[in-house]
Amino acid sequence: MTSVSMTVNGKSVTADVAPNTLLVQFIRENLRLTGTHVGCDTSQCGACTVHVNGDSVKSCTMLAVQADGAEVTTIEGLANGADLHPMQEAFKENHGLQCGFCTPGMIMSAVDLVKRNPNPSEETIRKELEGNICRCTGYHNIVKSVKQASENMGG
Amino acid sequence: MYSFEYERPKGISEAVGAVGEDDKFLAGGQSFLPTLKLRLAQVDKLVDLGSIAELKGITVSGNEVSIGAMTTHATVASSADVKSSIPALAHLAAHIGDAQVRNRGTIGGSIANNDPAADYPSALVALGATVHTNNRTIAAEDFFVDLFETALEEGELITKVTFPIAEKAGYAKFPNPASRFALVGVFVAKTASGVRVAVTGAGPSVFRQGDMEAALDSNFSPDAVKGIKTDASGLNSDIHASAEYRAHLISVMASRAVAAAS
Amino acid sequence: MILSAFVAIAPEHKLRVIAPDVGGGFGSKIFVYAEETTTIWAAKRVGRPIKWTADRSEAFLTDAHGRDHATHAEMAFDADGHILGFRVSTKANMGAYLSTFASAVPTYLYATLLNGQYKMPCIYAEVMAGFTNTTPVDAYRGAGRPEATYVVERMMERAARDMNMDPTELRMKNFISPDAYPYETPVIMTYDSGDYPLTMNTAKKMIDYDGFQARKAESASRGKLRGIGSAAYIEACGIAPSAAVGSLGAGVGLWESAEVRFNPTGSVTVFTGSHSHGQGHETTFAQLIADKLGVPFDQVEVVHGDTTKVPFGMGTYGSRSLAVGGSAIVKAADKIVEKAKKIAAHLMEASADDIEHSHGVFSIAGTDKQMTIGEIAFAAYVPHNYPEDLEPGLAENAFYDPLNFTFPAGTHIAEVEIDPDTGIVDIVDWAAADDFGNIINPMIVEGQVHGGVAQGIGQALLEGVVYDDTSGQLLTGSYMDYCMPRADDLPSFKVEATNTPCPSNPLGVKGCGEAGAIAAPAALMNAITDALGKEIDMPATPEKVWQAAQSA
Repeated sequence: MTSVSMTVNGKSVTADVAPNTLLVQFIRENLRLTGTHVGCDTSQCGACTVHVNGDSVKSCTMLAVQADGAEVTTIEGLANGADLHPMQEAFKENHGLQCGFCTPGMIMSAVDLVKRNPNPSEETIRKELEGNICRCTGYHNIVKSVKQASENMGG
Repeated sequence: MYSFEYERPKGISEAVGAVGEDDKFLAGGQSFLPTLKLRLAQVDKLVDLGSIAELKGITVSGNEVSIGAMTTHATVASSADVKSSIPALAHLAAHIGDAQVRNRGTIGGSIANNDPAADYPSALVALGATVHTNNRTIAAEDFFVDLFETALEEGELITKVTFPIAEKAGYAKFPNPASRFALVGVFVAKTASGVRVAVTGAGPSVFRQGDMEAALDSNFSPDAVKGIKTDASGLNSDIHASAEYRAHLISVMASRAVAAAS
Repeated sequence: MILSAFVAIAPEHKLRVIAPDVGGGFGSKIFVYAEETTTIWAAKRVGRPIKWTADRSEAFLTDAHGRDHATHAEMAFDADGHILGFRVSTKANMGAYLSTFASAVPTYLYATLLNGQYKMPCIYAEVMAGFTNTTPVDAYRGAGRPEATYVVERMMERAARDMNMDPTELRMKNFISPDAYPYETPVIMTYDSGDYPLTMNTAKKMIDYDGFQARKAESASRGKLRGIGSAAYIEACGIAPSAAVGSLGAGVGLWESAEVRFNPTGSVTVFTGSHSHGQGHETTFAQLIADKLGVPFDQVEVVHGDTTKVPFGMGTYGSRSLAVGGSAIVKAADKIVEKAKKIAAHLMEASADDIEHSHGVFSIAGTDKQMTIGEIAFAAYVPHNYPEDLEPGLAENAFYDPLNFTFPAGTHIAEVEIDPDTGIVDIVDWAAADDFGNIINPMIVEGQVHGGVAQGIGQALLEGVVYDDTSGQLLTGSYMDYCMPRADDLPSFKVEATNTPCPSNPLGVKGCGEAGAIAAPAALMNAITDALGKEIDMPATPEKVWQAAQSA
């Protein structure tokens, strides 16, 4: 067991974990933050996407111990109390989700995408979301949501 | 994953000292962790290089770009230094994996693995780069040996890769539609000592296309390579692309790489 | 019910099934999987809760596959291009074991749609279903209708090209006319309502069909091949009239159940046998109550997915939730109105026959005396002044058995540009003109079309399960090899709806969940083969397209 400490959604956490614990397992099973989802075994689907030190990463392809000392944000950490993050608001307004399974990862990726591209074109949005698979929406309304959010986030 | 021990050293010599016979270095983990998850590999200990500051960073001095082994693809892709000195290299890094993978994956991890479908090997060979380890320097064309095999010795650690700045360079990639790895990727570089054309994805390891190099030496234009064929025997074949199709794509991608060269 | 009846684990009333947030289904989660029965059996055996989680690799191996057909078809036309007859022979793979609906999919849900939108004097269809070494094959979004539409619409387009006629013109010539309903086809179905010329013309306008030749020339000037292809699809859904499926050998009825329960303070809980796993029933079903009974939308709660709360439901598939589940809700709401009228009559000292109802307001005809349903609900639970012969409470339930299948139909048109050097297909435009009858929530309906089209494009362009010929090993065992559509594989879609209301259910709705997946493969392959001037099979992988472009 190795001791690991990190800040998750603004709160300090410390735990002893087996080194082969994935960050997504730590988030879901130790911290009971089940908004982050596991959708595949080969690091393709992106449902596990969280932010580590501000950058989007696939938490299924990272060990919890690699996040020692890091700031981690999960989907649960986006809203400000009862106020949804503009990206969450945009997904809600534009029917950017159907079953919701891919949505937390999609939103986390989208927030990072807009940070790096404050005024993204449709083409850029589609390209930057290639690490997130959605089976329900056909991506049409996801693209709409990200575009609207980028405008509301000051792009 | 099978279980393993874990260490995170602060410096290069500490890291090299920590890694024993059945241990491995851990860079970004974007190739190695999936391998461990599928139980295709097993280690006694993982030595995480993530805290070693000397392994990160990009510098340009004189005619050379130096990239630390633990520099992420995202960093290379967005580096003003790389974009102004070898734009094709930034372009290549910007198309590795996806956005999340680029935030963790590193150049050192990528080349140490030598996945036949990785992008970087073609850039190193075409640009005539040098791989620096804790022990020695290795020329790129000596570094990539075979499928998942490099010239690295047990416990040897890549510290940085240096790239001579080319006159012109371009990279064109045809991605596998499912995995988005390079089904065929061609890096073309025009340097003082001639043109080099390096192909990844198509064969078991990166290789140079000599006929195309000769043609481009006399006429550096897309049309010069469009019609040049590559022998399909020895090329990879799977459900996504036959060897013949890959051979054809090499010509197309080479031509596009030349067209994009800057 | 199936679990208790056929697997003898526990009597029906002792089994509780809870299915809260389910991440999509599309059909593959309907079936009785061995793991589910084994887990329940094991829990009973050891007397403890048992948790089973499949990982994605296991899902690739064991989730039911879909759509494995090989078909030979012939269509006969007279000199003017009118269809004389259609002959279809299909081999359908069932996999190694028969899954829950497996044998119904390539037969009852496939051959009965081979008439398409056309006047076909006669149709002959034979289907041989066979066992192979693959994972069981069963229903998946569209279940038989994508396969049927593919055969019909590829044939029509191919015939038009062979006869040197514009494919949309050939279709127009043969469409069932808008005044011909109800229309009985040679393959059992009686189409309820429709206007096929309208959806085709709408789609053509949306995509600027007439401007295609100019766009094709422009693509050619850049060395690219441009193609356009249509699919005029029709399907049977709103599954299904129990008598009909009974006569076909089904062991169940396909009704739906609902309870509409007013709470004393005027809010409403709707219990529905339909299950929502992304289709937005919580929104649409609440809208039904809000519209019909004047209850504020946020005062309506929809409960589903727990058999202690909603004992009976036949499930969500076959685009049936609104047509059948929604109709059950409406029937229950009608019963509410009937009872509320009696209470209102008593409270307003009038005869029940003189009470009129509109949007939750009950009034005495010809006067301005009225009360709201909220007041009536309160009175029903606090019956201090109340009709003697009437039970207290305001909650009604209803079962609804559909009178007929419903028949959504429309035209999708796809436009593609192909790079002959690589075989990459770029979908440059997509127009969907669909007739779903009445629409309750346009945004949700469009979302269903987007998602369905994306899956259909996936089938035509990217997806395919591959087994090794010699070893029988599954080669596409992960997303590394099974190619899922990503955002950058797809365009934004143009979607519009027309409306010929469905005459066979109280809502006049036809259902929309599968239509996109039914229309898209044919439309896209018609566009790709148009660009290439050659036939190729799905999936139109880059290598296949490149090979075809070489010899074009």
